[in-house]
Amino acid sequence: MTRDVPSVVEGFVKDVAADRSRLLDIVEAVQHRFGHVDDEAVQAIATGLGLHRVEVEDMLSFYAFFDRAPRGRSRIRLSKTPISFMKGAHAVAHAFEAALGIAMGGTTADGAFTLQWTSDIGMADQEPSALINGVILTGLTPEDVPDILATLTKSSAGGPAPHALLPKATVRPGLVQPGAILTGPFAAADGTRAAIALSPDRVIEEITASKLRGRGGAGFPTGMKWRFTRKAVGHDHYVVCNADEGEPGTFKDRVLLSEFPDLVFDGMTVAGYALGARHGLVYLRGEYAYLWDHLQHVLKTRRAQGLLGDRVCGRDGFDFDIRIQLGAGAYICGEESALLESLEGKRGAPRDRPPFPTERGYLQQPTAIDNVETFACAARIMAKGAAWFTGYGTTESSGTKLMSVSGDCARPGVYEVPFGITVNALLDLVGAADAAFVQMSGPSGQAVAPKDFGRRIAYEDLSTGGSTMIFGPQRDVLAVALQFTDFFVDESCGYCTPCRVGTTLLKQGMEKIVAGRATLGDIAAIEALAQTVARMSRCGLGQTAPNPILTTLQNFPELYEARLSPAAFEPLVTLHDALREAVEVQGREPVSEEA
Amino acid sequence: MGADHFHFTVDGTEVEATEGQSVIEACDTAGIYIPRLCYHPDLEPDGSCRVCTCKIDGRNSAACVTPAAHGMVVENATPQLTDDRRTLIEMLFVEGDHPCPYCVASGDCELQALGYRLGMTAPTQPYQRPGRKIDATHPDIYLDHDRCILCSRCIRASRMEDGKTVFGFEGRGIAMRLNIDAEGGLGETQMAAIDKAASVCPVACIVIKRESYRIPNGSRRFDSAPIGSDIEARRKGRPA
Repeated sequence: MTRDVPSVVEGFVKDVAADRSRLLDIVEAVQHRFGHVDDEAVQAIATGLGLHRVEVEDMLSFYAFFDRAPRGRSRIRLSKTPISFMKGAHAVAHAFEAALGIAMGGTTADGAFTLQWTSDIGMADQEPSALINGVILTGLTPEDVPDILATLTKSSAGGPAPHALLPKATVRPGLVQPGAILTGPFAAADGTRAAIALSPDRVIEEITASKLRGRGGAGFPTGMKWRFTRKAVGHDHYVVCNADEGEPGTFKDRVLLSEFPDLVFDGMTVAGYALGARHGLVYLRGEYAYLWDHLQHVLKTRRAQGLLGDRVCGRDGFDFDIRIQLGAGAYICGEESALLESLEGKRGAPRDRPPFPTERGYLQQPTAIDNVETFACAARIMAKGAAWFTGYGTTESSGTKLMSVSGDCARPGVYEVPFGITVNALLDLVGAADAAFVQMSGPSGQAVAPKDFGRRIAYEDLSTGGSTMIFGPQRDVLAVALQFTDFFVDESCGYCTPCRVGTTLLKQGMEKIVAGRATLGDIAAIEALAQTVARMSRCGLGQTAPNPILTTLQNFPELYEARLSPAAFEPLVTLHDALREAVEVQGREPVSEEA
Repeated sequence: MGADHFHFTVDGTEVEATEGQSVIEACDTAGIYIPRLCYHPDLEPDGSCRVCTCKIDGRNSAACVTPAAHGMVVENATPQLTDDRRTLIEMLFVEGDHPCPYCVASGDCELQALGYRLGMTAPTQPYQRPGRKIDATHPDIYLDHDRCILCSRCIRASRMEDGKTVFGFEGRGIAMRLNIDAEGGLGETQMAAIDKAASVCPVACIVIKRESYRIPNGSRRFDSAPIGSDIEARRKGRPA
């Protein structure tokens, strides 16, 4: 294998026909091949694409899965979420640290291992989990660590560990209870065949009549989005499937893509027909790279069956195919305009709207971006009819919702439930009678207290993308709120001031509260700051990043009160911390005057 | 009034605009000052600092990237927006390192001037002390990265006006930094002191060497009148 970086890079550039919008693929290939992207590679990419090196660095330094300097040959990434922590991730981390003799974030001296935390990898129903060289391990215990390290050492010499050899390298199927959408039988193209029997406009009418709304959580009417996109003028129209589910606690798209990929592709094909699009793109989060081969195989089979490619299902004039774009570790790319930027091979910074993606989306062309689950619904609606779909759910929220349930419950997993179900009914279903609070719709959603468990899961009441994290009475609500706040520090794109700086300031304020050092004034200040961040941020990430603090302040004020410091003023930095450096240098503690 | 002229209101005052103008452009012409930082009239708007956020038709939007439209209702100088903007300025003060009393840009610094205009006394948030390195590799320019507020003016100016793409960003979130298009620093780039990119920095991140005290403290842009006074002087019926 040649180590001649420029010529290898040149090959990668050629593989994508020197298309600048495929920069993400080129960098992914370099990272995969060399373990990092060094200055030489950056220069070679820039030369190959006719870019400045600063433009290449701008993009590659944005994503968590790319490195500019060499790291360990084996990359051990442990999922960092309140759920993984409650299931014992800290003990697993300590076991790795002890066995490798390094701290989290470190690399062993021989360059064999790097150990680090990573944001939620979509395994909340089987934590603690880890991502090791692209392989997902679940249900880890400290006892697994020696075997894992031994296997990695054996299969080392640089290459990724063979999947089958690593202990716990299985992802358990996550579907616990299917409902109307996921209960078969259905064939691979029921939706497409029903669609092409109608005119594209009639397909959009049917989707509109079903009152289907976006399943990512925002709830935009799908029929309207498709109509806007179809009507918009462009030389190409695009269908994009948002499979970047990064909201901590959600894993329903993982279940759909691993267990029902045909349903999702069928729905995308329906959209392709309705919009007059020839290209579909799936933006698959980097953490789900383990699904790559499986999904490519399904696409290949669909092409062989005439369900993708030229003349889909024998329909003249309907050519449609699907490409999968792999992400590289950035929660913000689930935001639709950031996703488009990333799809175009740039850093995932959101765009200003207007123009909306329906008008100018991918490559400035009309684009409909929908959630994985939305496409699954669309396929079933075409096959079974809008009336069938509106038979489930509420007037404003038709159909069913996939709920990703995790935490303190007897049966975590994905539940398909009709919209309108109360939180209480869901908690009964999953075996969580003593829940003390439920984090609904992830960190960007809200902390729901027992007094509100009678509320309904629906766009008109508790709107949700499906993430449902359950916390029992033994959990520390404010510590969880701090962990969620920390998540947004890691995932802020940095583009706008309020989110870039505000998330860090909120975290520091929350640390002070959790440590019991906050005064009443501090709490008023953090609330004001949180509201400013929510009001002034540019996109949904920043606008919702203060939610863990704001919704716990609202629903659990007594917990904040219990943590208050009685002092009128507490400095952010304690005297002890302020003197730490001096203490280390001098090798002695300060002598107090009274002594 | 031509067919492409229309009106909208800002805090109840009627403003005339033409097709294609942003809210901030129309307001500048009309002599209404909307506080701003990353916006520069000669550059593509960026909408990243969020200081020019106004409540536009009931929704917070950055005035520099929002196209003006007929009948729009814009709230600008409300107490809440002033508070929020001041908080943003405070955030930028503590994110970097901005010691006004001994900074070369004092009196000519838009961040400092906005702090005064918006009523900031001392930041209430904790200093982050980033400790970024100074780049003095260029013979005529030095970069004090601790002063950088990530407004991207130099990035835009270098790419679009100078055609050089000397600057870019690196990293994300609170770790985001201004990056240079050369391994060895600014001295290895085509950057020149006469470049547009060298003149648009609102703070003292990009500093021309040997020029700093040509205009003494006390005689600088914002020493005599608050930032935005030049725009407000354009307002009809107001003494200039």
